[in-house]
Amino acid sequence: MNKIAPVAEAFDLSTYINSQESKSFLRFLTCGSVDDGKSTLIGRLLYDTKLIFEDQLAALEKDSRKHGTVADEIDLALLVDGLEAEREQGITIDVAYRFFSTEKRKFIVADTPGHEQYTRNMATGASTADLAILLVDARNGLLTQTRRHAFIASLLGVRHVVLAVNKIDLVDYDQKRFDEIKADFESFSSGFDFDSSEVIPLSARFGDNVTTNSEKLSWFTGPTLLEHLENVELGEEHSEAAFRFPVQWVNRPNLDFRGYSGTVRGGSVNVGDEVVVAQSGKTSRVEKIVTMDGDQLRADDGQSVTLTLADEIDISRGDVLAPAHSRPDVSDQFAAHLIWMSENAMLPGRPYLLKCGTKTIGASVTEIKHKVDVNTFDHHAAKQLALNEIAFCNLALSEAIAFDPYEANRDTGSFILIDRMTNETVAAGLIWFGLRRATNVHRQALDVNKKARGGLKGQKPAVLWFTGLSGSGKSTIANAVEQKLLSLGRHTYLLDGDNVRHGLNKDLGFTDADRVENIRRVAETSRLFVDAGLITLVSFISPFKAERQLARDLLNTDEFFEIFVDTTLEECETRDPKGLYAKARKGEISNFTGIDSAYEAPEAPELHLKTAGRTVEALADEIVDRLLKDGYIGSDNTWVI
Amino acid sequence: MGIDSQSHLRRLENESIHIIREVAAEFDNPVMLYSIGKDSAVMLHLALKAFYPSKPPFPLLHVDTTWKFQEMITFRDYTVDKYGLDLIVHTNEEGVKNNINPFDHGSSNYTHIMKTEALKEALTQYKFDAAFGGARRDEEKSRAKERVFSFRSASHGWDPKNQRPELWSLYNGRIAKGESIRAFPLSNWTELDIWQYILAEGIEIVPLYFSAKRPVVERDGTLLMLDDDRFRLEPGEKVEQRDVRFRTLGCYPLTGAVESTADTLEDIVSEMLIARTSERSGRLIDHDSSGSMEKKKREGYF
Repeated sequence: MNKIAPVAEAFDLSTYINSQESKSFLRFLTCGSVDDGKSTLIGRLLYDTKLIFEDQLAALEKDSRKHGTVADEIDLALLVDGLEAEREQGITIDVAYRFFSTEKRKFIVADTPGHEQYTRNMATGASTADLAILLVDARNGLLTQTRRHAFIASLLGVRHVVLAVNKIDLVDYDQKRFDEIKADFESFSSGFDFDSSEVIPLSARFGDNVTTNSEKLSWFTGPTLLEHLENVELGEEHSEAAFRFPVQWVNRPNLDFRGYSGTVRGGSVNVGDEVVVAQSGKTSRVEKIVTMDGDQLRADDGQSVTLTLADEIDISRGDVLAPAHSRPDVSDQFAAHLIWMSENAMLPGRPYLLKCGTKTIGASVTEIKHKVDVNTFDHHAAKQLALNEIAFCNLALSEAIAFDPYEANRDTGSFILIDRMTNETVAAGLIWFGLRRATNVHRQALDVNKKARGGLKGQKPAVLWFTGLSGSGKSTIANAVEQKLLSLGRHTYLLDGDNVRHGLNKDLGFTDADRVENIRRVAETSRLFVDAGLITLVSFISPFKAERQLARDLLNTDEFFEIFVDTTLEECETRDPKGLYAKARKGEISNFTGIDSAYEAPEAPELHLKTAGRTVEALADEIVDRLLKDGYIGSDNTWVI
Repeated sequence: MGIDSQSHLRRLENESIHIIREVAAEFDNPVMLYSIGKDSAVMLHLALKAFYPSKPPFPLLHVDTTWKFQEMITFRDYTVDKYGLDLIVHTNEEGVKNNINPFDHGSSNYTHIMKTEALKEALTQYKFDAAFGGARRDEEKSRAKERVFSFRSASHGWDPKNQRPELWSLYNGRIAKGESIRAFPLSNWTELDIWQYILAEGIEIVPLYFSAKRPVVERDGTLLMLDDDRFRLEPGEKVEQRDVRFRTLGCYPLTGAVESTADTLEDIVSEMLIARTSERSGRLIDHDSSGSMEKKKREGYF
């Protein structure tokens, strides 16, 4: 029966609420391997701080009999291991968030799995944590993964660490063993720049030194784990940082009100302060700070408010407002650490989406400077990045954005990368610095531009991108189209394997990474030709959607004309003009598209040419007709822009 | 109000507002699921704050199983009217036609058809690409791992192993056509936070949360309220007038009351502080089997 005891007379709610409200707040994460007892430790904290309700306890007793791994006792780990799949496997497979509070503080715990393939989960938990508990088994001492956890915590800006030496009961509460581990830890943690670092012996299973002192650990003079969590001094994050306000949403309820809604990410702002739109350099003053609870004179770090400005200037989602005297970097290139989180490897040159603050734009990695071995912290050269690898990279963006170094501001210095095809979050990034050549060199606006150059030829410059299997007829058709355009007095250029592979790209082979780079160079070259006013024909197998998307993104929407030359694999193999299919079938060539490497057909090409039963002449005519119809070329030389 | 600008509740409030605005900015057609309960009341209050002086740029959706407490429906219409909001009410008409009810079909079947299926039907019919839900991570074990932006396949399925990592306050709202997300702006709130916030902000809630004399029967240790004459008494059950209130609200034949005399917000919060029974135990659907919430989520329940 759910009966609630009557409220005690002496209970004073307002006193209580005030005491709740004055509590400080700590977000921490726990990391350790499968057997270190992480879940048991969190279960213990919840249990000892009386956050377990009676009905949960009853369910726990029942669960302990069914799944428990400790004979005849309540298995506290079952309090936190939520998903059925992992309960059956006895491991924690994802980040779980738990909540508890004491007289002094409120806590959010991110419980993150520590075994190797889940590094990304630890990075996720660490991204919002102030403190990390690194858990080790007293019998095993420090492991390679302990170093990894310390490194990731440090990289993500976690300021405080605790080494919890768990299962101290299994080494008979031995001080000597503890001191060895402590000395080990101190010698390697001094290499990191943590604000505080504490080593605490405990037994999560029996509760020794978790929330209460233990007689068995009478030799230990330091705090219990909970005491330390309650008392560790937290510097105010961003309190010294400059004001940053990434605009989330333009607030226009009617013609008389135009506000910019967002959350203050660093520093504070007052009514009357001069602010600058970082990207455009336009300035104005803060007129009002609007909230539903009334206008404010000031907004501090973390507050979600709506600002109105004294002047009507152009501001949209993704812009960052900042003090005119303390601006963020604005650049389209920067250097950053990337934590790769996807099963699909990162390839330099491949186009991704980048979300930084409230801005989402195109981005690609231009160079992997080095990969970091998270166990030894050594640097290695790398051509690609696999799941859970960390590297220092240069990135190029499709337009300049405003950012700060991660060290100065966790919010404006962080980003995620998103795969354009699957939409999964593939990487977390921490910005180190803008690349100077981009930061300081402003693009000259030239009067002689591609529109003018194209106008000279009576054409609208564009790329005709022919994609299809080897032997599908791409180059034959492209040649025919070029001849027809020439006869119409148009200025063209054809890029294909013959003139690119043997020159510009002769250093590239046929691995996936080289194919990506090959297409990137071709795409960049075709962009230059378009800029020169030419109708540029590109004839490459270009089997991957992502790379074709990259080429498309380099150009304006009406400058990229994708032509899918659709010939069946059987037909291509029958034709086999260069004898390549025969060789591939015999295994003499590897990575051959259609045989042992995939061809990803375009989903929405500008033109889908099915070649079966048609002549080259007819196919080329179809393309030229489309160019006429869509206004890329005039029907005579009088075509003007 | 007396909430300090840097207090715990303000931090939660600021985070939730940020999440709500991100969804509004990144999705074409979001909707806020409004279940009329206290969590929905807080979520709606936060949405009003997020866009002020504009109104929230999305409608509310209430999945009406036809078995909600009458006072909930009255309160819903009152609230929508008060703030001038758009409300969509959706009921699984097929279920109504087949007279699917909590008495004959079991709580699990009934919930699946009248709630889960109805919700999917509504989301599909209106082509919503994002739906706000008021779920909290502290409610239930399987929810502790839920993302703020929870990705759902085109068939509204939830795959716990295929969720996107969420770092900092960066939420990935990219989806393909037909896919959607559930957004949970109250993820980091606890039940106590909810009540304290309601108290501090003076948020109106359904009167069922306050104690009153109500007609109840005791069944398997749970107090059920007779909200209308569709309630079926079993032999030997007798209806009593008792001082009861509800800690969660849902379909009245599936929602247990607690005996209490708490009839002010202050009393409710005080009661919370010494409560030794967790919130969802009042919801009968969780008791079917261990891990039952996870199963429901895989099927599309919130």
